[in-house]
This record gives sequence, C-alpha cells and structure tokens, in this order.
Amino acid sequence: MTTVTETTPEVPAAPPAPNRLKDIARQLIETRRVIVGIVILVLLTLFAFIGPVISPWGVSERDYTALLEGLSPDHWFGTNRTGQDIFTQTTAGLQKSLLIGLLVALISTAMAAVIGAFAGYFGGLTDKALTWIADLALVLPSFVILAILSRHFVGNGGWLILVILLAAFSWMVTSKMVRGLTISLREREYIHAARFMGVPSHKIIFRHILPNMSSLLIADATIMVSTAIIGETALSYFGLGVQSPDISLGVVIADGASFATTAPWVFVFPTALLVLLVLAVNMIGDGLRDALDPTAKSRRS
Amino acid sequence: MGKFLARRLLNYVVLIFLATSFAYLLAATNLQPRVYFEQMQPPPPPEVVNAQLDSLNLNDQTPLAERYVTWIKGVLTGDFGKNIQGGDVSAQMWMKAGVTLRLITVATILGSALGIAIGAYAAVRQYRAFDKAATGASFFVLSIPTVVIAIVIQVLAVAINDGLGFTLLKYVGEYSAGFQGNAWETLLNRVHHAILPTLVLALALFAAFARYQRNMMLDVLNADFVRTAMAKGLTRRRALFKHALRTALIPTITYFTFTFGALVSGSTFTEKIYGWHGMGAWLIDSISRQDVHVVAAVSWFMAITIMAASFLSDILYAWLDPRVRV
Repeated sequence: MTTVTETTPEVPAAPPAPNRLKDIARQLIETRRVIVGIVILVLLTLFAFIGPVISPWGVSERDYTALLEGLSPDHWFGTNRTGQDIFTQTTAGLQKSLLIGLLVALISTAMAAVIGAFAGYFGGLTDKALTWIADLALVLPSFVILAILSRHFVGNGGWLILVILLAAFSWMVTSKMVRGLTISLREREYIHAARFMGVPSHKIIFRHILPNMSSLLIADATIMVSTAIIGETALSYFGLGVQSPDISLGVVIADGASFATTAPWVFVFPTALLVLLVLAVNMIGDGLRDALDPTAKSRRS
Repeated sequence: MGKFLARRLLNYVVLIFLATSFAYLLAATNLQPRVYFEQMQPPPPPEVVNAQLDSLNLNDQTPLAERYVTWIKGVLTGDFGKNIQGGDVSAQMWMKAGVTLRLITVATILGSALGIAIGAYAAVRQYRAFDKAATGASFFVLSIPTVVIAIVIQVLAVAINDGLGFTLLKYVGEYSAGFQGNAWETLLNRVHHAILPTLVLALALFAAFARYQRNMMLDVLNADFVRTAMAKGLTRRRALFKHALRTALIPTITYFTFTFGALVSGSTFTEKIYGWHGMGAWLIDSISRQDVHVVAAVSWFMAITIMAASFLSDILYAWLDPRVRV
C-alpha cells in the first residue's frame, strides 16, 4: 500500500508547461503554405455553397436558346452542348467533390487509426490477421472493384456508397504507419502504467495511443482528401463514379473533355477549380505534416 | 536471401489467387450478362438467352459456387473462359497485356529514374533555385489528376500540330492504321505514337518520386555515416552516391510498390484517351458490356503486375539493404 505524506517537498518553480496547441498554432502561422491553402479552401467552399444559390439556373435545367455558347451575362461560365449552365454545374459539382473528399478522408483515417492501433498494440495473431487484410486490400485492383459496383451508385444517396467504397480502399498505407508507431509507443512508461493499473486495452488505445499520434493522423487525413477527390474524378470520367442526378466536378469535366478544343469554357472552368481545390488541400496537408512532425524540420521547402 | 524471396513469392501467389477470386465473385454477382442478351434487337426468346448464357458459363440461374468452380478450374489450366461475344479471353488477353506492359514499363523506368535523380539532386541543392523549381513543379503536377494531364497534353498536341501545319505529335492509336513498312519504319511509327501517352504516365510518376526522394535524401544527408565517409577520405560525390543515395533509396523502393497500383489504373485513362487497345481500355468497355470473364481476367492481370512490382522491390530491397539478406 502507498502511504500518503502530508508534507510537500520543496519543488523548484517549474517552467510553465509547454502549450502544445499554442505551439502548433505558431508553427502553422509560420508555415505560409498552410495559410494560403486554408484561404483558398475557404473561398472555394464559399463559392461551392453560394454559387448554386445565386445562379438563376438549376443544375440540370436546360436553356435551349443557348446551346454550347460562350461566356455571356446570362451564363457566366457559358453553357454546354445541351444548354446546361456551366457555372451552376461547376459550383454544384465542387460542392459534391468537397463533401466526398472530406467524408472519405474522415472514414478512411478512422479505419486506419483503429485497425493500425489494434494490430500494433495486440501483436501476435491479431497483428498478423490485420496486416494480411491490409495487404490483400492493397493487391485488390480497387479501380476494377469500384467500376464493377458502379451501378449501385445510381439513385438517391448513391454517392454515399461511393464514399464508403473509396474509403474502404484508401486506409491501408496509413494503417501500416499507425501500426509502426503503436509498436514503438506500446513500450512507453505511461502505457505500461495504464496497463498495470488495469485499464482495458481498448481504452488505452483510444485514450493514450491514438491521441499521441493525432498530428500524424490529421496531416494524413488532409492528404487523403485530395486523393479521394482525384479518385472520384477518375471514376466519374468513365461514368463509373457519381451518377446523375448527382453531379461532381469529375462528371462536369468528363462532359466537357470532348469539347476541350472547340469550346474551351466547358472544360477549363471545372478543371481549373478542381486543380485549385486539390492544390489547396495538398498545401494544407503538406504544411501540416511539416509543422506537426518534428523529424520533418529539415525538409522545409 | 533465397528463402526470404521464396516466402514472399508464395505469399504473393496466395494473394493473387484471392484477389482474382474476389473480383470474379463480385463481377458475377453485380454485372448482368442476361441484360446484355435481352437488350439485343430483336429480343431473343428466353430459351435462347438461357442457352447462350449456359454455353458461356454466365447463367445467373446456375448457383454461383458452381459457376465459380467451372471458372477457376479453367483458370488453373490457363483458360480464362469466353467473353460475352464467345471469343477466347486468354488469347485476347496476351495481345492487350502486351500493349499495356509496353506502356507501363517504359513509363515506369523513365518516370522513376528521372524522379529519383532530380529529387536527390534537389536535396543536395536544398533551397537553391533548382530545388525550388523542382519541388514546385512536382507539387503542382501531383495536384492534377492523370485524366486531366492526359486531356491537356492531347489538347496541347492538337494546338501544336495546327500551329505547325503538319502532324508533329501523334495522339490517337498505337500505330497508324494500315501502316506498311519494314521493321525499322514500323518501330519508328510505334515510338512516334507512344511518346505522348508515355509522357503522361511518366509525368505523374516523376512528380511523386522526385518529391519522395528529396525528403528521404534530406533525412540522410546530415547523417553521421555520410560525414564519416567523407572524413575517411571519400570525395563528396562518392560519399553522396555510395552512402547517402543508397540508404535513401531503400524507403523509396517500398514507396514504389504503393505507387505502382495507381500507375496501373492511371494507364487505364491514358489508354482510353489515347485510343490504345490495352487492358485498361478493355476493362472499361467490358464493364459496359457486362462481360464477367473479361473483368476477372483484367483483375488477375492487374494483381499480377502489382505483385510483380512488389517482388521486384523485394529483390531491390534485399540488394540495397544487407540486413534483409541474412
């Protein structure tokens, strides 16, 4: 049993505990890329949510008096072959692409964190089984599988199925990283202490291990956003991604691709917005990784 | 080392088998070959449709397990079944696989070699103009989907051809239709057609590698062993090549395995956009034709290429890192 002594020993005045949040905030402000990225992303988000509202046209509404027409006061970004307003389509598509990117990143990072941490913490058979599942998922040609299942993306809320499937094929690499970190964290004193006090394993994982790698997870989730957006664009280009009546940037780009030389506005606006979006997200993710990862200091560019 | 590689190889064979089976089962349950026949004009009577489906082992009224066993028995003897038009999948596959492999191999070698060289050099020249240009360029390219790169390069090629008044850059097909000539001219014609699609694939790969290699190189540049190597009398160049680059290549090799899958699916868009009749274009066409056996065969091919890339990186890893060999 421990005995509690009443007399408190003389403790030298400790320096104020480092405030991690403040520290991170300072580093982020110093990392210009992150700020620029966030500003662009906020502007794009505003654009995506305000655009369809202020536009006088509906997403699938056709203006038969203006087929494949250039920029005009009526159609700010021009119209496509069937008279649909490119401005409305692009902003609505941007909205969906943003949502898809965020949701996929959220789901897949959560999966990666849980699977990687459990594999690393328990080791042995659990580790073998989970690592093997990750390896199998890496081998499966995800593009083929998403394409086969594409007919389930049709209809109301079908894009949510696409989100889940995209997430199901993008957690593996992060989970391997989480596993490696967990193995090294497992032997730390505070984890041992928690274990000897009888804290159940799943609580140790969620309370002590995962919070300790939160910076890595946040940076990785950001990168995942851009990966998901790019993946969705690729599928939609072949008509295997988001299905009508839903619309995403990939769908708009696919529609416009064949007019890229004859009617550039159909292709240029959605493509430029997509590249800008991915660029902004990558800037944030990359800057975050540098700011949060102490070993990456030398890589600052 | 032999034992290490043998164990990996066995693991890969099992993974390929599972991946292909999984793809077959998914395709067999989700694609609808029946609809393909029923939509024919004029619509054939149901008995004919059933007979057709039975002869192709595609009938959804046969239990899935039975269809799978028939199919896997064929695959184990090298027969991937018939496509929905009754053609032999295996025979077609080798032709299309050749197209894709030519595209991927050249692009991989070109893209990764350039990427590693430029990334490593950028790290050595950290914060100089070269480093800033290379890092900025690769960052920008990484933010553009392969589809968009492929389309933009095609549009640029059209503009350049129009501007020059003759076809400097070919952007459709693998070779000119009806081209006649000796072996040398045929090769030249093919290379001429391959320039743009290879460029598209290599560009994305180059960006990823340049970025990754720069980071890895920066991590080892200030390491003790590089300083020791120089202290014991090696020139800076030799120390960087023999000690720093060699060590920095090890994580890049692992990274290569992860990017290869993206490259294989990236080749799908490139083939489709540039009119190459490879595996990727075949996959897209067969999904719209509800062609189960072709989809399964393409999955097998993709799994094999990814596994081959992993195996290659295992060998390179063992060569670079002596610790693995024991």
